[in-house]
Amino acid sequence: MKLTTALSALALLVAAPTAFAADVPEGTVLSENQTYTFWLLDAIKSMDPQINTDVEGSDILRNLFEGLYNEDAKGDIVPGVALSHDLSEDGMTYTFHLRPEAVWSDGKPVTAGDFVYAWQRLADPATASEYAWYMELMQVVNASKITAGELPPSDLGVKAIDDHTLEVTIETPLPYFPQMLVHGSTFPVRQDVIEKFGADWTKPENMIGNGAYTLTEHILGERVEMDKSDTYWDADKTVMTHLTALTINDVNQGLTRYLAGELDRVDIPAGQYPRLKKEYPDEATSLPYSCSYIYMMNMSEKGPEALKDVRVRKALSYAMNRDIVVDNILQGGQHPSYNWTHWATAGFEMPEIDYAGWTQEERNEKARELLAEAGYGPENPLDLTLNYNTSEDHKKIAIAAQQFFKPFGVNLTLNNMEWKVHTDKMQNQDFDLARYAWCGDYNEASTYLDLFTSYSGHNNGHFFNDEYDALMKESKTAEDPQPLYTQAEQILASEMPIIPIYHYAQVDMISSDIKGLPTENVMQTWYGKDLYRIAE
Amino acid sequence: MIVYILKRLAIAIPTLLLLIIFSFLLMHAAPGGPFTQERELPAQVLANLNAKYGLDQPLWKQIASYIWGIVAHFDFGPSFVYKDRTVNEIIAQGFPVTLTYGGVSFVVAVVAGVTLGAVAAVKHNTIIDYFAVGVSIGAQVLPNFVMAPILVIVFTLILGWLPGGGWRFSDPSYWIMPVIALSTSYMASIARIMRSSMLEVLNSNHIRTARAKGLPGHRVIWRHALKPALLPVISYLGPAFVAMITGSVIVDIYFSTGGIGKAFVDSALNRDYAVMMGVTILVGALTILFNLVVDIIYGWIDPKIRY
Repeated sequence: MKLTTALSALALLVAAPTAFAADVPEGTVLSENQTYTFWLLDAIKSMDPQINTDVEGSDILRNLFEGLYNEDAKGDIVPGVALSHDLSEDGMTYTFHLRPEAVWSDGKPVTAGDFVYAWQRLADPATASEYAWYMELMQVVNASKITAGELPPSDLGVKAIDDHTLEVTIETPLPYFPQMLVHGSTFPVRQDVIEKFGADWTKPENMIGNGAYTLTEHILGERVEMDKSDTYWDADKTVMTHLTALTINDVNQGLTRYLAGELDRVDIPAGQYPRLKKEYPDEATSLPYSCSYIYMMNMSEKGPEALKDVRVRKALSYAMNRDIVVDNILQGGQHPSYNWTHWATAGFEMPEIDYAGWTQEERNEKARELLAEAGYGPENPLDLTLNYNTSEDHKKIAIAAQQFFKPFGVNLTLNNMEWKVHTDKMQNQDFDLARYAWCGDYNEASTYLDLFTSYSGHNNGHFFNDEYDALMKESKTAEDPQPLYTQAEQILASEMPIIPIYHYAQVDMISSDIKGLPTENVMQTWYGKDLYRIAE
Repeated sequence: MIVYILKRLAIAIPTLLLLIIFSFLLMHAAPGGPFTQERELPAQVLANLNAKYGLDQPLWKQIASYIWGIVAHFDFGPSFVYKDRTVNEIIAQGFPVTLTYGGVSFVVAVVAGVTLGAVAAVKHNTIIDYFAVGVSIGAQVLPNFVMAPILVIVFTLILGWLPGGGWRFSDPSYWIMPVIALSTSYMASIARIMRSSMLEVLNSNHIRTARAKGLPGHRVIWRHALKPALLPVISYLGPAFVAMITGSVIVDIYFSTGGIGKAFVDSALNRDYAVMMGVTILVGALTILFNLVVDIIYGWIDPKIRY
């Protein structure tokens, strides 16, 4: 017997057919101008779903291609190419039922085979995708062996039962597997197009997509233009006719051009949100965004002796005055953080963390005690270095940290580094404290918490804890993993391998006549097809 | 003359070769690589990438096959970061942009700079001279990363006359602000060099002779002073021209032109080895070429110079 998951049933129930594309309330007067111009900080590195690694690239790809599932304005999954799925009793075989009317921009139907090809391509060592590990993260059968070149791509646990039925087998049950399918690297691509044009297939004249828009122009580092696709299955309900992405490398310049009316959406530079909110209350917005900013402490062999002492690590974390960072430096509605997982992550129950509830005076007091116990203080100062990559904001926060630590006899030497050098040093455990940030790949706490397992490739501070590993392993099969996540967070708070600093917010100026952007989705995933512009 | 030019071109080949080898080694000596990222790649994925881009080969082999690619196929390889593009494509897109705004900037800087400097020298120690010196010092001290945002605030936000950035070959309104931001400091340098060299020429013997034989003032300046006074300006213009047409990272960033200047700096920061080498070779070759052009113009302007 096969069980339809509660998840997809719920998604289908909530998302009545009319809610899929732009959900325009009745009586709305739409503007004649249905174009949307948004801002990109940098050039798009690749338009190939299996090659792209960037958040900005994903924003473009979601409009040119469509995966099995999409997200709605709240971050819940809704049908994309897949209408629904069945899950086998052991929780390891998913059968997706694909939408028969879905077609590519050249009119050919989107088939299960297109997904099989795309997924095999992602894992294939010949593609050399930087996101090949995502197939492994999804636990698709044989993904890691294929990427390692030990098995051919055809052995991947994905097959087309018929044109509209896709079967995926995974190695262990993953409660959040359907959420992971929103990711751009799982989007289907056309084998015949890629084989015909090679790396040139992403050029506007060659690209065949299955999304709500088609690529009409891509000038690297200047602009991307997309027109509404008439072949998209929900084209009738797609209101926005044209999307433009402009690359502007300087945030302040972006803001000026927004104010001059050249853009509909732009990031607000740090520190400017309060002023803009006052001047443009309808346009300045701040919404939670799934990234977490920390200082990682080096607990490895190569790290300083002092940081192997949990009392020192705790003292440093207690001494960090997050309120000043958030209220005086960033000023964009970010939340001070005392834990790792972003507070707004779906389903995540914020753990009770003792020092989060203390006043800064209490934290300082405790920090002083702990340092004294460990043998440090103003008379016996502790010298540490803090590495951070070049950025005005990182610099301001680092200087603040230096000042916070000074009264405790902790002398922080600041090392500003170019980004690649910073990363290289972190990955070689060549640091004391290092700035780090992580953004969720999907809207579930494990995207954060997996990072501090001993077997994670990103645990650069070498925090190894058996209990933590066991909890995270257990969470993969647990019916309700949330209590385990809470426990894992509590271990992080008591072992303190990191200094949590703040949880990100997406701080934007958005034209007041643009509607349909997500307001309750911590991933900030948006789709051009959901947008519309109202008449002023 | 022909022999001289051929000789210079022959020397250019080993010079470029050395440039390639040194840049290649320096680039690989920098920490990190094109695939170093905040999310460290699993070893297997990294190995696949290195194999695909030939980074698993010994360094000498990489250099050799790189040079062979250029010589045999004029192929500068694929970008390691912009994976849908080859280096040839990136240069083909960005270079015409910088060549356009750089070329226009060059003309503006030369015409305005030479005029300003010459007038200042001729009207030495008058109010015109002080004005010209004031303008050129002002233009020199106002860096373009300050000027660029001010230009956009004035011309785009307040006046609404010009687009705040982007690039269109068909619409010169996109060119105006990049040209102003790029040309002013070059114009200032040219004006200063022109002024001091013109002053020197005006005090020289042949000018005194020209005046003594009763030539009118404007003919003295046009016929006898301008040409020799231009010599130091021209030696400055060779490298300046190359710097201008290969773009300015500041102009590219503030005006989002998609030009090659930004691509060059990005390639170094991203460790995009192939793009960095490609642009280095382009800038190197152009520098060699225009130094030669300058030397040829020298011979044409100054009959004392013989090759």
